[in-house]
Amino acid sequence: MQVTVKLFANFRNNRFNKEIRTIAPDITVGAIVTELAIKKEEVGVILINGRHGSLDQGLTEGDTLSLFPLIGGG
Amino acid sequence: MDDSVKETIEFLQKNADDGLLPFSVQQEAGQRFSLHIAEVEEVALGHDLLPARYQRNRSMISIQQQLSLVRSKVAVFGCGGLGGYIIEELARLGVGRITVVDPDVFEEHNLNRQLLCTQELLGKKKVDAAAQRLAAINPAVRLQAFDAAFGQGNSAELLKGVTVAADALDSIPVRLELAKACKDQNIPLVHGAIAGWSGHVAVQYPGENILQHLYAGEKTGHGVEKRLGNPSFTPAAIASLEVAEIVKILLNTDPLLPRRYLAVDLYHMEFTEVFFPDGDM
Repeated sequence: MQVTVKLFANFRNNRFNKEIRTIAPDITVGAIVTELAIKKEEVGVILINGRHGSLDQGLTEGDTLSLFPLIGGG
Repeated sequence: MDDSVKETIEFLQKNADDGLLPFSVQQEAGQRFSLHIAEVEEVALGHDLLPARYQRNRSMISIQQQLSLVRSKVAVFGCGGLGGYIIEELARLGVGRITVVDPDVFEEHNLNRQLLCTQELLGKKKVDAAAQRLAAINPAVRLQAFDAAFGQGNSAELLKGVTVAADALDSIPVRLELAKACKDQNIPLVHGAIAGWSGHVAVQYPGENILQHLYAGEKTGHGVEKRLGNPSFTPAAIASLEVAEIVKILLNTDPLLPRRYLAVDLYHMEFTEVFFPDGDM
């Protein structure tokens, strides 16, 4: 199945801004993060179709996943 | 009305220039009637006189609103990258009471971005630098400085009488503690954080817990800033966005960032607004 993945801020470096990806039907957000070589501890806000999501959540056909880095500096 | 107040008003009115009060007059009134500069400011604003320093604000901030600012108290947690700019902007706006909280001294690696950090202040306390800067900019600001780290033990004291709290911390667990304390005490919290070219801003209004959502997956105590560092312009940009939200809360305008967070990417020059629906909070 196909989902749209949007990356934000430094996650775009050497990757992409937005990409339609073909994934296995039972794949979780965490597995996509791993596939993208993003460290899980660096993931901040996760949105699935604009709503708050989590790493262990699954995706369905046509979903849009947005990943923002965890930012905590002052 | 008290005779001395009456005399103060007469003195200010006589020496004002077309509704504007020069600082020299404000200062003289303070000496003559034994009032703090902030008290003179309150009397002036209460009688439709605007301290001249605020004249370029007056089409955005009315005299009545300026009076609200001088009667407000903002606590700034952290006097580093974000905090330095927040303190500076609040003082120039004429927020009457500012509390600053930071346990650290300046180190060389602060010089690339922290407004309060200068060569000669290396090794000196950040809260002392904040006090000097505030006194140099606007003597109408009454400062409370705490050379301490925020924690459960001092949260009640640090948040006492605070209208709005500003999160300029650099530790995610401490940010979450501050968010909890503000929630418990019904104090709006304006939150900002930075890493490299990016940052974000959010407001936690009483009854909400947006920081819990922003940092739901947090495990290590810090974010990508540990790896990316922070340049000079990111704290300036994010701190200014925080202050814009603080001012609107102090002036009781419509809340513009409820259940929202604004992700800012200065490299791609993108501002992304994320809305957390009611049911998600």
